[in-house]
Amino acid sequence: MRHLRTTSRVAARLVLLLGLVVGLGASARAEATKPGSDSDKQFFPIASYRVGAYASSGVQIWAGLIDYFRYINDVEGGINGVKLVWQECETEWTADKGIECYERFKHGLNGAPVGLYLPNGAPAAFALTDRSYTDKIPQITLAYGRTEATDGRVFPYIFPVVLTFYSEASVLVNYIAQREGGLDKLKGKKIATVYHDSAYGRETLEPLKLLSEKYGFENIQIPVADPGNEQSAQWRQVREAKPDWVFLRTWGVSTPVAIKTAARFGVPVDHIIGDVWASSEEDVIPAGDAAKGYLALTPYPGGTNFDIHARLRKTIIDTGKSDLRDTKSFGSVYYNSGLVDAIIQVETIRAAQAKFGKRPVTGEEAQWALEHLVLDDAKLKANGAYGLVQNLKLSPADHEGGGAARVQQWDGTKWNLVSDWVQADRALLRPLIDAKSAAYAKEKGITPRDLAAGQ
Amino acid sequence: MSQSLSSPLLVLPDNNFRLFTPAILLIGFIVVPVTGSDYWLGAILVPFLILSLAGLGLNLLTGYAGQTSLGSGGFMSVGAFATFGLVVHGGVPLPVALLLSGLITAGAGLLFGLPSDRIKGFYLMVSSLAAQFFFEWLFQKFPWFYNYDSSGTIELPRLSVFGLDVSSPVGRYLTTLVIVVALTWFAANLVRSQTGRSWMAIRDMDTAAAVIGIPVYRTKVLAFAVSSFYLGVAGALWAFIYLGSASVQSFGIARSFQVLFIIIIGGVGSISGNFIGAAFISLLPLAIDHVAQHLFAGHVDAGLLQNIQKAIFGLLIILFLVREPDGLARLFKSFGERLTNWPLRF
Repeated sequence: MRHLRTTSRVAARLVLLLGLVVGLGASARAEATKPGSDSDKQFFPIASYRVGAYASSGVQIWAGLIDYFRYINDVEGGINGVKLVWQECETEWTADKGIECYERFKHGLNGAPVGLYLPNGAPAAFALTDRSYTDKIPQITLAYGRTEATDGRVFPYIFPVVLTFYSEASVLVNYIAQREGGLDKLKGKKIATVYHDSAYGRETLEPLKLLSEKYGFENIQIPVADPGNEQSAQWRQVREAKPDWVFLRTWGVSTPVAIKTAARFGVPVDHIIGDVWASSEEDVIPAGDAAKGYLALTPYPGGTNFDIHARLRKTIIDTGKSDLRDTKSFGSVYYNSGLVDAIIQVETIRAAQAKFGKRPVTGEEAQWALEHLVLDDAKLKANGAYGLVQNLKLSPADHEGGGAARVQQWDGTKWNLVSDWVQADRALLRPLIDAKSAAYAKEKGITPRDLAAGQ
Repeated sequence: MSQSLSSPLLVLPDNNFRLFTPAILLIGFIVVPVTGSDYWLGAILVPFLILSLAGLGLNLLTGYAGQTSLGSGGFMSVGAFATFGLVVHGGVPLPVALLLSGLITAGAGLLFGLPSDRIKGFYLMVSSLAAQFFFEWLFQKFPWFYNYDSSGTIELPRLSVFGLDVSSPVGRYLTTLVIVVALTWFAANLVRSQTGRSWMAIRDMDTAAAVIGIPVYRTKVLAFAVSSFYLGVAGALWAFIYLGSASVQSFGIARSFQVLFIIIIGGVGSISGNFIGAAFISLLPLAIDHVAQHLFAGHVDAGLLQNIQKAIFGLLIILFLVREPDGLARLFKSFGERLTNWPLRF
């Protein structure tokens, strides 16, 4: 026995050493999508959250997404004949489960390759940043994620399309200027921002500071600590400051609490403008009557008056094919955000097919397509998304491409659009973004792409 | 709670299974890296190993020294943010930073272990919540800790260990495995040393321990420090080897509960129990999900399917705990014993 024991110890040590050598040697392998029964289809992974704290908004987003995919498959016969397949994976809005889902999906499904990936949640998006580049699969973070990823030189595979938080701040100021009668009227005005004291909430501090210096309005910043279910102190501060406008950058439970507390302190609700993550039905319904007249910025307005909704109602909703269990949510802000997610994905694949051929495309091809994506009025009218999706024009240097939002107002039962697309002054903010992306590149040791040489 | 002292590492009885540990190491270091896919290595085995390590950390405190804690997530965040600070602000190489951040976390754990002199049992557990919420607040409130990053997340420039790039899934897996094996070996020896025996004496009856001359308070605080060291290293691995980028949200109260469940399900006061518990907690839901996706996707409402999976997982936990309240490690052990004596079972 003694002898066996010593032998086994020696063996164990040998094994350890050998394992290290063999293991590191084997680490260079890469896997590609294996051919399978669905090789002629395009795979759309859905990193969803149907359980957990955000499930109630999640179910509407995935329904919008899936309904549009079904519409493309059943009514339009796929994208240029290439059918779509999709599968869900539950992330619970966490980074660790989000990574598992990404790793599960990145090699495709039954031979259908992945073109695009939506991490659907900030923690997973941040955690997956590096993998996008390693695996050459572009990631879309719509209206969240890293602002500095706008700079495609440093972030070739990350696309914060449509609207970053910097652009959001600029849209806010431009909208207020519209209401006040011009940018020159902003001088001497007071804009208070009540923000969630987290990285998300702090993201607009810098652009608003720059904008207030440029236009001469007074910039008041009031943080709300997470979770924000008691905000008397903050709104007392707001009332004392007597601002002309309030920008509400809360999320989750802190939004209805903010609206109710504002009403209690006599802050006029029709001069409170919510941000992208404080602009859904879930944010205002709990606030009850206090929310009547509340304004909100959104890159995916609610409502069913868009052309695509008429098509979906006829072919998906009324035929019982919808993923919604309760079709009352049809046209909600979150449902429409799912639609916007889906439309941008489908249009990207379409653009990739126009360049590379009418077949399922790879991540690299989809990355090219995203960097050259153009959605103009003609295209949006054709796919029925006019008014729902803003004009987009991306480039290798500009991964945002839009930078506009519409303002909607809550009338107690539904959202009504009160503005057209309000465009951000993106040129003004770009130097701030470039500085951030340069700092990121320096910290991570990334050499920015030389676009002049590559194109 | 008590557990045989002879072989905490071995799940199966000694004599007939002497080759068990080398066999596990052989599989872990050679078979798995050669045959495993990126998905298995990077997305399943790495988190499993790190959670096992975190479970081990808490088990030293709760299972061996008898001190309850719900601050595991908080201590893991200390390890992660300390590693980040050391690498980014101090330019310390990763392996050294891991060790140092473990020591920093040990210091933090020592501090939060001080009340254990007066507070006991469930009350101590509640007071350990303070650690959890304090660190969550600390690493969110002061941007210095995440180097003023606009997203509030921390990530390392590049993963290299002694000049070798370990950012590939196999590299990540092997790095984790080496650390986990080394720390498990240390823990297995520690609990059989005088320190470990003092911990168990205090766990079983602290008055009696004091009577036989064990410095109760010092030993308790030491348990907090050692446990936090393990949790700190696990936190740093979780942030940088598994996630790649982390924020306080990765180390919330849910993480503390997860680590606690690992040791309860795996076996309180057992080394191998942490691995079994972590496997149960991290692999079983995945297995259920794969089966469910295969059988029901498209036929059952996706939200319902997810919730049913959660319910099945919960039922399995209850089932196993009813079957064996001492945890799965004990279940495996008695199964192994029966196997050894088979066919003469009685």
